Formats: sequence, C-alpha cells, structure tokens
Amino acid sequence: MTSADFTLVLPEVILAVFAMGALLFGVYGGKDKTAPILTWTTAGLMVALGAWIGLSGEGSGSAFGGMIVNDGFARFAKVTVLLSAAAVILMSESYMERHGLLRFEYPLIIALATVGMMVMVSAADLMTLYMGLELQSLSLYVVASLRRDSVKSTEAGLKYFVLGALSSGLLLYGASLVYGFAGTTLFAGIIEVAGEGEISLGLLFGLVFLITGLAFKVSAVPFHMWTPDVYEGSPTPVTAFFAAAPKMAAMGLLARVLFDAFGGVSAEWSQVLALLSLVSMFLGAIAAIGQRNIKRLMAYSSIAHMGFALMGLAAGTVAGVQAMLIYMVIYVTMNVGTFAFILSMERDGQPVTDIDSLRQFSKTEPLKALAVLVLMFSLAGVPPLVSFFGKFYVLTAAVDAGLAWLAIAGVIASVIGAFYYLRIVYFMYFGDEGEGVQSAMSPVAWVCLMASAGIMVLGVINLFGVGGAAMAAASALVN
Amino acid sequence: METIILFAPLVGAIIAGFGWRLIGDKASQWVTTGLLFLSAALSWIVFLTLDASAPEQIQIMRWIESGTLSTDWAIRMDRLTAIMLIVVTTVSSLVHLYSMGYMAHDENFHEGESYRPRFFAYLSFFTFAMLMLVTSDNLLQMFFGWEGVGVASYLLIGFYYRKPSANAAAMKAFIVNRVGDFGFALGIFGLFWMVDSIRFDDIFAAGPMLAEARINFLWTDWNAANLLAFLLFIGAMGKSAQLFLHTWLPDAMEGPTPVSALIHAATMVTAGVFLVVRMSPLFEYAAEAKMFVVYIGAATAFVAATIGLVQNDIKRVIAYSTMSQLGYMFVAAGVGAYSVAMFHLLTHAFFKALLFLGAGSVITAMHHEQDMRNYGNLRRKIPLTFWAMMIGTLALTGVGIPLTYIGFSGFFSKDAIIESAYAAENGFAFWSLVVAALFTSFYSWRLMFMTFYGEARGDAHAHEHAHERRPVMLIPLGVLAIGAIFSGVVWYNQFFGKIDKVEEFFGIPAHVAAEAAEAGEERAAAPAEGEVALAGPPRGAIFIGPENDVLEAAHEVPKWVKVSPFVAMLAGLFIAWMMYIRRPDLPGRLAAAQRPLYLFLLNKWYFDEIYDAVFVRPARRLGRFLWKKGDGKVIDGTINGIAMGIVPFLTRLAGRAQSGYLFHYAFAMVLGVAVLITWMTIGGGAG
Repeated sequence: MTSADFTLVLPEVILAVFAMGALLFGVYGGKDKTAPILTWTTAGLMVALGAWIGLSGEGSGSAFGGMIVNDGFARFAKVTVLLSAAAVILMSESYMERHGLLRFEYPLIIALATVGMMVMVSAADLMTLYMGLELQSLSLYVVASLRRDSVKSTEAGLKYFVLGALSSGLLLYGASLVYGFAGTTLFAGIIEVAGEGEISLGLLFGLVFLITGLAFKVSAVPFHMWTPDVYEGSPTPVTAFFAAAPKMAAMGLLARVLFDAFGGVSAEWSQVLALLSLVSMFLGAIAAIGQRNIKRLMAYSSIAHMGFALMGLAAGTVAGVQAMLIYMVIYVTMNVGTFAFILSMERDGQPVTDIDSLRQFSKTEPLKALAVLVLMFSLAGVPPLVSFFGKFYVLTAAVDAGLAWLAIAGVIASVIGAFYYLRIVYFMYFGDEGEGVQSAMSPVAWVCLMASAGIMVLGVINLFGVGGAAMAAASALVN
Repeated sequence: METIILFAPLVGAIIAGFGWRLIGDKASQWVTTGLLFLSAALSWIVFLTLDASAPEQIQIMRWIESGTLSTDWAIRMDRLTAIMLIVVTTVSSLVHLYSMGYMAHDENFHEGESYRPRFFAYLSFFTFAMLMLVTSDNLLQMFFGWEGVGVASYLLIGFYYRKPSANAAAMKAFIVNRVGDFGFALGIFGLFWMVDSIRFDDIFAAGPMLAEARINFLWTDWNAANLLAFLLFIGAMGKSAQLFLHTWLPDAMEGPTPVSALIHAATMVTAGVFLVVRMSPLFEYAAEAKMFVVYIGAATAFVAATIGLVQNDIKRVIAYSTMSQLGYMFVAAGVGAYSVAMFHLLTHAFFKALLFLGAGSVITAMHHEQDMRNYGNLRRKIPLTFWAMMIGTLALTGVGIPLTYIGFSGFFSKDAIIESAYAAENGFAFWSLVVAALFTSFYSWRLMFMTFYGEARGDAHAHEHAHERRPVMLIPLGVLAIGAIFSGVVWYNQFFGKIDKVEEFFGIPAHVAAEAAEAGEERAAAPAEGEVALAGPPRGAIFIGPENDVLEAAHEVPKWVKVSPFVAMLAGLFIAWMMYIRRPDLPGRLAAAQRPLYLFLLNKWYFDEIYDAVFVRPARRLGRFLWKKGDGKVIDGTINGIAMGIVPFLTRLAGRAQSGYLFHYAFAMVLGVAVLITWMTIGGGAG
C-alpha cells in the first residue's frame, strides 16, 4: 500500500471518488434536477480519463503485490470502455428526459460500473477479478430495473440478477478450484502451475467454471438466455449501455484470464472457446430471424458478434487477440450508432421498437435512413465497410491457427445473419405504406449516429489506427 | 505518317460511334469515309516510298512492363506491313464509299431508325484493329488486333440483329474463332516461355535456337519450332477459315454485303496468311509444321471448290471461292514461297472485293434476292455491274496467255502458286490446286452465266425494276476493277518473277541463302565453341532459309506445269458453258443422276452436321445438365432448402427455448457447464 500503487490505479480512484462525491452532491443538491449537469460532468470526466489513459505512454506496471496490472492491453480496453460509456450516457439524456427517466443516479451508477470494468481488465488476481466483476454487475442489475414502475424493467433486473448470481457462483466455484489446485490466486502463480501443455484435472475444472462465468457476461451460448429478455425489458439507454462497454470489459477479462493465467495450456481452452463461438454465431444468426422487436434483435445480434470475437480468442495467438480487439472496437462503435437511432424511434411520444414501424422511413428521413443502412450493412459485414475487415481479421486469425472449420462456419453464419439486417433496410426503403415512425433525436445522438456511420465508411482507409494500437495491446497480453 | 494511317480509322470510329447524335447521320458517314481515304492515300505514299532495306520501328508508347515481359506498342514498318497497309486501307476506303449507297435504305431496320453511323463506326473500328494487327511489332499487339477484328467481325455479321440467323452466324464466327485463338494464344505463351520475349526481333533471332530446342507438351516431347509454328497456324486456321475451322465463313455472309467484301474476303480472313508469312523466320525452321500447312491449304482449296460447285446463293458461292483461294495462299506459304502467298493475297483482295461488291450491286438491283436461280439475263439491265463482275471473274479464274506477261492479276499469282507447289515436289498439293482451278473456273462461270445470261427467272416484277443503283456504288467497282486487271502484271517481278527483284523488294540482303549456308558449314566445322551464335534477327521482311530454293525451282518447272492451270481454267469454262448456256437442262439431270454426291456437296460435306453432333449438342447437353440439375436442383435446391426450410425451423426452435422462465434459463446454463466439462475431460488431454 504505497503511493506507487495508488498512482497506478489513479484513474479508477478518481472515477470512484468522483462517483461517490457526485452521489452526495446529488442527494443534498437538487436530486433529479442535477441530473443533466451530472450526466455531462460524468461523461466529460470519462472522456478526459480515456484521453489520459490513452496518451499515458508505454510500458506496464503492477501494483498491490501484483494483483493489478496496467499494461497496453488494459489501457486499450479501458479507453474503449470509457469512451463508449460516455457516448451512451450522453446520447441517452434526451430520451431519459422525454420519458421521465432522468434520474441523477443513472450516470453515477454507470460511472461505478465503469470503475468495475476498468478493474476487470486490469485484474491480475482472481480476487481483483471478482471484485471488478461484481462492482460492474451490481451496478448493472440496478440500472436494468431503473424504471421501477415498469413490470418489464423490474422483471429484466430480477432475471439478470438471479442468473448473474448463478454465474457468479459458478465463477467463484471455479476460482476456488483453481486456488485449491494452484495454491495461489495470482495469475502469475497460476500460470507456473498450469505449466506448458500439462494441467491437472482440478485446474481444468476450475478453468471451465471460470470460462462459464465470464461467458455469461459476454452472453455466449448457452449462457445467453438472459440477453434478449434483459435487452428488451430494460430502458433503451440501459440496453444501449449493455450492448457496448460491458461486452468489451468482459471480453477483455476473459482474454486476460486465459492468457495471463492459463496461457500455457491454450490448446485446452481453445476448443471450449471454439465451441462457444460456433454455437453463439449460429444461434445469434438464426434466432434473430424470428424477432420483430429491434431490441431483441440487437440482443441476438450481439450474441452472434460475440461468437465472432470469441473466434479470435479461440485462435490463441497474438493475431487472434488483435483481431478480437479490433472486432470489439468496431462492434462497440456500430452499436453506439445503432442505439442512437433506436433511442430516437417513437410514435406519438411513445417509444416503439417494432421493426415493422420502420417502413418507408427513407421517405421521411433520407439522411438518417442512409446512416442506418450503412450501419446495418456494416453489422452484416458487407464489404467495403469496416466491419467486413473486422470479420476478415478474425477469420484470418482462425484459419492461421488451424481453425479453418470454425472460419467456414462463421462465414455461413454471417450469411444467415445478413438476412435480418437487410430486412431492416428493406423495410426502410421498400416497405409497404403504413403507420411510420418518427425519429426524435438530440444533437448528441445525431452526431453519434452520423459519426458511427461515417466511421464505418471512412474507417476502411486505415481503421483510424486502431489496428496498430490493437496490435500493441495484443502483444502486451500474449507473450 | 504511319501513326496517322493507324489512328485515322479509330478517330473516325469514335466520332461516328459516339458523336453521331451531335454531327448527324450524313456527317458521320462522310467523316469516317474521308478519314479512311486519307489513310489510304498515306498508305500508298508509304508503300511507294518505302526503303525496304531499312525497316523502321516507330514506337507509340511503352505498353506493358511486368517481370521479364516488356512490350512496346510500336509500328513495324517493312515491306510486309506496307503491302497489308495498301490492301487494307484501299479496300476499306472503297467499301466505306460503297456502303454509303448500299446501306442507304435497309429493310431490316424500321423507318427513322439510325443504323448507318453504327455501321460506319464498326467498319472504321474494324479497319483500325486490322491495321493494328498488320503493323504490330510483337505478338501481343498482333493478338490485340487479332481479337479486335474478331469483335468487329462479330458485330458486323450480327449487324441485322433482328434476324436470328444473323445472330447465330455472328456467334458461330466468334466461337469457332475461339478454337483457333486458343491455339494462337498457346503459341504466344510457348514462344514467351522459350524466348522470354514476344518481340518479333527476339523471336526471329531465336529461330535457329528453337529448331534445336524441345518442348514437353501434352506428355510428349516436341521439337519447339514445329510445335510453336503449328500452334500459331491453328490460330491462322481459325481466322482464315481453313478446313475444320472453316464452318463460320459461309454463315458469315449473313452480314451486309460490304462487310463480306471487306472482312470476309479482302482483309480479315487473310490475317492468317499474313501471320504465317510474318513468322517466316520461325516456319523456316519448322519443316513438319510447314508440311501441315501445305496439306491443310491444299485440302481447303479443293474441298471449298467442290462445295462451291453446287451452291445457289450468290454470296455463298463467292464465300467458298474465298475459302478456296485462302487455301492457295497457305500452300504457297507452306512450301516456303512467302512472297508468292503475299502476291496472291494482294491480287485476291482486289478481285474478290470486286466480286463481292458486284454481287452486292446485283442483290440491291434485285431487291435483296440472293438466290441465283431467280436471276438470269441481267447483263442488259445492269451492264456496269456485269462488266465489273466479268473482270473479277476473269481475274479469279486466272485468264491470261500462258508463257507471256499478258493476263489478269489472278493469272499471275495463282499460276505462281501452282508452280511453287510443283517445285516443292508435293504431288498432292499440286494436283489438288490444279483440279481446284478447274472447279474455280466452273463455279465462277456458272455464277456469271446464271446471273447475267440465259432466261430471266424468278419474280418478273424484280426483273423489270432491276437497274443500276447509285454512282457511289459504281466508283469502287471501277477502282477495284483496275486493281483486278493490273495488280498482277505490275508487281509480278517484285513478288515472284525475278529473284533479285524479290529480294530487293522485301529487303532481303542479296545472297543471304549462300551466306547462311556457309555460316552453317563454319559452325559445323568448329563445334568446339559449342554455342549457337544468336546473331540478331535476320534482315528483311520475310526470311528464306538456306535450304529453301522453291522460288528458283518454281521458275524451272516444265512447260506443261505452267500451262496446266490455263487448261484447267478452259475446261471449267467449257463445262460451265455446256451446262448453263448450251444445255440448261443438264445440271438438273446430273444432280438427279448423282444424287448422293450432289447432296454431299450441297450440304457442304456435312461438316456442320458432324460438328453439331460431336461438339455442339453434347456441349449443350452438358450445359443444360449443369444448369438444370447442377445449378438449379443441387445448388439452388440446397440453398433454398436451408434458407426456407431448416433455418426457419431452427428459428422457431430457438424462439421456443426462449421461454421467459428463469428456471429454464438457469437450467440451460447448468446444462452448458455440464457439456463443457464433459467435453473437456473426454476430448482434452487432462491428466
């Protein structure tokens, strides 16, 4: 417990202290009247922290006896998490206001969840891991049921909480198994025991349970069941948040556990991840076809995308991790844009989520329809949009790692999945006449939508340098 | 100047093809025709002022740089190019002029439809591609022009796009030519592989090396020179409609008649002959390939002539005549008398274009009637056309006084070929050509007699209104008639008559044969040096190997050989006169008496039927199978089955699993853990 330790985790500390201080300010200040200012300051602080972390240079260090590391990988994940969280709370503000949800707790709980996520991606010890994970999860359970007077919202929060508790239990069980057989909770110690290619049955069980717990967080099949219900039931801004930052954090944590603690036995977990990846891609693609609710649809879409990201991890190589990181950044960007649009869908002041309501949308709002078209094409992975290259990196990594069958299956799944993205485009451009949808959008949301769509098109030039940063991050993790 | 010759037609084609809406119908015709005449005039200047001993290469641009492949786009200016330039531009400009009359009204297009600029643009584009071919300095450029004329030919054969038969003929021409082009392309690849260059200079210099080298191709060891020459000749066979790849040429008569005159008589079909002559430094080292050329050429000359005997469509008769004459040219090239082949190419261009344009004139006069059985006694109705066709026929049949220098152009060039064939001691070639000469005379006079003499047959109304059409159509006939009469006697010595004149004309250094022979002896005397000296390309537009003395020998042939074509011509004339003037009932009786033979010839030796059964129908069957069964049933069926059957089923299944009950979800998770653990312990290498 030296000052050096705290220096390393200064961003997390600042954000946590800010959240608690702001909570007091909110309670003793004007309660919900302070919500706008708290939203903006939180977002501003997140962006500032993101910039600081992003520009804070090279190298890696650890603190608290090796329980927390700060390396390139952690920085990459933190920047992504912070920026996407900031974007989501900013673009949600007008929605919250319109639908009477503008509570001052919302940005602060998000901030606490973000602290949890930052701890997660920095974790170098099973206990840090659990602490970060639970901080994040508890915050998310709360925001899921933010609309207390809605049955659906409370149901979503409850479902999420119960299943989350179950998954936490599995994770904890795995962690204790690992501790039992390795004799330490430090990743650095576990990797010595897990050795090169050799692993004891107890450690193996522990590993599988750990993976299970984390697979729940990234909503990989068959631990995905909560996703559609929670996405649908939660208020849309919360769904938007779920779909972005926590996915990145959980994926980062999974990568960290697998490589830092079990890097020596990648052949063992690679097949588990490949299996999870395969079923996630197919279930995400197939089940989404039946959905008429765009939020449920996005839930399945995120399951399918997580399948792809897991394919990168399953490769077990630097290129695989790099591909996963690139894929996640692109995925988060697309989702921010898409949810910026979904937030704005309403009719007579009530939010609508039915995809049928999008018919003839291109007639009323050609520019927004075009942006959504770009995003849908990008989600489907149509070249030359950025997402195509994200998929391409992942598939290349899988093929190079000898997982050609998985890559082929991924291509087939993405063909099937293209159907429902294109159907949205079809509704917007060629749908029948009918009662349409209005799109009420705050300037911030508009910027998010347009910027996201623009990135999908312009990013093909050099991915805005994400490729290189992801490469550095991946090399920091895998060695 | 050469650049202007080459690009003037292209400019014309672009202006007429894309700009006719701006400048109008008439103007686009005049622009293309005017540019072609400019091109022709410059060509004649080039031809007459050419210094054959100093051939030029005029670079237009660097074209391709890729690895060791380095290619310019350049004009190779030597005697061969010059000859082809005047042939192409002269005939083309006259055909442009003629077309202004011929295409003025066309029943195949609706009133007010603008088709003329398109026609002229195609013609000019063809001319550009043909000039590209003949001026090429390397094989790629030649191939480019080769395909360019193929495209133009396709477009022009199918010009009457509302006629299904024209479309079918256009496709047939294109597809049959693909077969030949495949051989040509293989030849180019092979040459590049062996020589590592496709520039003519490098290839020509490598002739002696190729004669020694061997290539493994189709699991067999071949002599490189023979194989490559053979492959190139396959290309030539396609383009020049030689036997086995000839079936497209008669069908190509579906195109407008000026097209037949320009492309399918005077220029494009002679590209194959030009190719063989151009590649003479290679062919001189490929004895077997040359032998093959001779046999194919002689067989073509004979077969085409027999088919020509019984055809009734005036254009088809001339088409088979063209094919037959091309066979003559290949015989000349194959025996090594390259200059003679070029000689016949030149004279043939004049008289065959004349015949076609004359036939076009007859056809327009007779309201697009092409069957000769409906002609007759037209010489008083269209006297100028009659005289033009008469001159063409006299030139084609080779009328002249034997053993003197008096005669029509065909007399000189065709007799020179027959003498060369005899001198090469190839009995088969010699006798086929003599017999073909007899047949040629017969069918040509048959055409004349059926068209211009005897009783008027067929539609009386058409005969009453038959008259000469337009002066623009008669001027080209006159110019070509002059060429048909005089082109033989004027250049006889340069092409065949005197060896030293020939050498001077083509820029071959004097006594190159003797020198080469000596050099060969020296090499044989000093084999210790052990390397074949690559002494740069042989000088001159054509190369005559050290052992090749056909030209000298052809002058030494017995008198009866020199007279034989004349006798054959007279015999053919006599028989035709007997059958169509004296006893017009004879042909019908003869056909009835020899019915199988008649049908065999009338059906063109059943080539089309055989090809249809052997290639076309199986290919179609295969295509239909792959389309209906392979693509339709298997691929579409699978995709549709998955997309409309299995995927929705799975979707419903997934929807049902998503029941909304917490315990279901938790159960799924526990199940998942169980599956993963089991799979890991069984599949993984846990110890």
